[in-house]
Amino acid sequence: MTRRLVLAPWTYSFIVALAMWIATTAYSGIGSAGSTLAAALAFGAFSVVIGTGQMLVIAAGSGNIDLSVPSVLTLAAYVSMAVMTGHDGMLVPGLVVALLVGAAAGALNFLAILLLRLPPIIATLAWSFVFQSFAFNLGGEATLKPPALLSAFTVWAPGGIEIMPLCVMGLTAAAVFVLRSTLWGRSLLASGQSEPAARLAGVRVWRVRLIAYAGCGTLAALTGFLLAGFSGGAALNMGDAYLLESIAVVVLGGTSVAGGRANAVGIWGAALFFNLMATMLNTFRIEAGIRLMLTGALIILIIAIVPKPRAA
Amino acid sequence: MSSIAAMSDHATNGTSASGRTATDLLEIRGLAKHFGAVQALRGVDFHLAGGEIVGLVGHNGAGKSTLTNIVSGSIAPTGGRFAFDGREPAIWSPAIAKSSGIRCVYQELSLATNLSAAENIRLMHRSLCGIGWRARARALVVATLDAVFPGHDIDPDRRLADLSIGARQMVEIACAFSQTDSAVRCVILDEPTSALGHEATTQLLAYVRRAAASGLALILITHRLNEIIEVCHRAVVMVDGRVVAEPETAGLTRTALVELMGTIEVPRQAGDRSAAGRQDRIALAHSGRDARDLAIRVAAGEIIGFAGLDGHGQRERLRAMFAAAENTAANGAAFVAGDRGTEGVFALWSIADNLTLRSLPSLSRLGLISLGAARRLAETWSAKLNVKAPSVDTPILSLSGGNQQKVLFARALASDARLIFLDDPMRGVDVGTKQEVYRLLRSEAEAGRSFVWYTTEFEELRNCDRLYVFREGRAVKELAGASIDHASVLEASFGGGDV
Repeated sequence: MTRRLVLAPWTYSFIVALAMWIATTAYSGIGSAGSTLAAALAFGAFSVVIGTGQMLVIAAGSGNIDLSVPSVLTLAAYVSMAVMTGHDGMLVPGLVVALLVGAAAGALNFLAILLLRLPPIIATLAWSFVFQSFAFNLGGEATLKPPALLSAFTVWAPGGIEIMPLCVMGLTAAAVFVLRSTLWGRSLLASGQSEPAARLAGVRVWRVRLIAYAGCGTLAALTGFLLAGFSGGAALNMGDAYLLESIAVVVLGGTSVAGGRANAVGIWGAALFFNLMATMLNTFRIEAGIRLMLTGALIILIIAIVPKPRAA
Repeated sequence: MSSIAAMSDHATNGTSASGRTATDLLEIRGLAKHFGAVQALRGVDFHLAGGEIVGLVGHNGAGKSTLTNIVSGSIAPTGGRFAFDGREPAIWSPAIAKSSGIRCVYQELSLATNLSAAENIRLMHRSLCGIGWRARARALVVATLDAVFPGHDIDPDRRLADLSIGARQMVEIACAFSQTDSAVRCVILDEPTSALGHEATTQLLAYVRRAAASGLALILITHRLNEIIEVCHRAVVMVDGRVVAEPETAGLTRTALVELMGTIEVPRQAGDRSAAGRQDRIALAHSGRDARDLAIRVAAGEIIGFAGLDGHGQRERLRAMFAAAENTAANGAAFVAGDRGTEGVFALWSIADNLTLRSLPSLSRLGLISLGAARRLAETWSAKLNVKAPSVDTPILSLSGGNQQKVLFARALASDARLIFLDDPMRGVDVGTKQEVYRLLRSEAEAGRSFVWYTTEFEELRNCDRLYVFREGRAVKELAGASIDHASVLEASFGGGDV
């Protein structure tokens, strides 16, 4: 019995992320290594939160995807900033309202899919316009300022340890636990593999998917809440970057687009990869056009070299 | 140049009904075909002369479709001799069969539903090409339809998807009888009347007689035995891949024909399972969809069988009962699917994950699964069903089909459900596994569990206490205990005299 070393698909993005970190450090000196990683962790944390939500939806079965995450993120940020009006004392109510907005948005997405039999890609895209226009009516072009405490929390790093990314790692651990050890997690992965088989095994498929979409909306809202604190307020275009990124980190992280296989830890590798690559290409002073091209080429390369998990 | 087969003056040799003549169009000796371990044909002799109509009858899996598929070239035999028009072809394929004049009308319609009748007939006839093909194709399909089904109102330019199922069947039949450059010599009709109304059926049978009179050879497969007796010269009865009788239809009765199909009678060995004593504890009662559809009741500890020809509503009723039981029965119900690939197996998971899914609710508290208990359950039941794998962590797809099916049985049996539905779960499972599972089912039933079992194999019905026989979407007959035998099941499957 020869045991060949086979790396799990999701480890590849960690490896590439590490390579980029080393390349950047080699270029700009060892002194910058710590700050490069710190920045990647902080920015990456937002991608991880929104990506974890997207993962739940994608794992729920072939065709399931949430394209409304950027506008849910924006809307939740606007609503919560409007509730808090910059007062630290309103922090908890603001968070709760944000999460409720997200959960409701996710539920609306799924109800459109279920009741109107729309394909998820259409239903969530349509809702995303609605959510975006709510945000526009609520705040207009103005940036709503976050409470000082929220901004302080997102960048809080006692003794150089960043607290917010650490909390997000806790979220990842929770997601791993939910997928492996809870009834809902198992039911989600079963529904994602085969809807008829899951149904015949007693799984209430639509209820499981409703929770997945609501969870995705909630996590998009949480991203919006934190991002508004981090970046100095809610702005209409704050979610734009996260549409493709939320999907890309999930797929690069080892979650199957066909559903039924989810990987929460892998999202971190992919998120770090995206952010470290941006840093690296900035450090090398590569112009924007080339940068985007390299980004695309690298994504294709990683997915191409990852062994396909269909050997069984 | 287009004409219709029945009107052609081809080879009218006026062969008498039976009798092996030198002019046999089709001559088959010792034909055998196996699919893996399954022996579909075990040495079949068959002959067919021009001008003859032969009715092919037998229960599901008797080998009728295999035989006709070999004739039409879609599958190759594994043994025996085959001659068409006096020659043994070196190679035989659907294209060669078609150019030799063999046509088939399938039960599952084989036309392109996104095209019109005229366009479909163009697909069959390469010669309908060049400028004006559409007009010629339309003329051909209308002429053939008029000949077979006078007074039909089918628009040859409408997409088939927009036509009724009966009209589609009529187009399919017309396509088979249509003729352009090569002559039609032999037409195989597989359940052609199942989708047709009374009038169209009468028209078709009359046309079949006329076609035979003009020299065409026809094979008719139908479960409506009266049609066989009415129109065919000779019936060929198949049982378990063999031809067991070839009676002339003159003077033949329906009952005699049914008896011929049930010639292999194995004594019932179900033992002394006394289900009658448990009839007081009803696990599920499910009413039919109308007055002619029997209500089905399942008592605790009872094994109920669903019999009848495949596709007569057993599967639909099973699912409806499962859905009802899930909501009403204590601890719900469990389901063992026969279509493993799409309805049973979770392809990305291990044996343990596949086996425990149905039991997870009872192994959880507040939504948290007890992983240790789940693993013990998987190991216990994997051992109990003798699943052959290194460990319960083995991916399910690396198992053989039979072992995958055992895991699906284990999923249902390990659960807390008292009512278990089986949807023909033994297809493609080897004999040894079957015997193991039958024993387990009986001991589970002794312990008070109830089973509702749809099977396409008659032998499996011997494990049942009571049967419901299905015909044309309804449960039409209840058989219990000693009255379960092949003949009564067949009698009920083929219905009373007037079907």
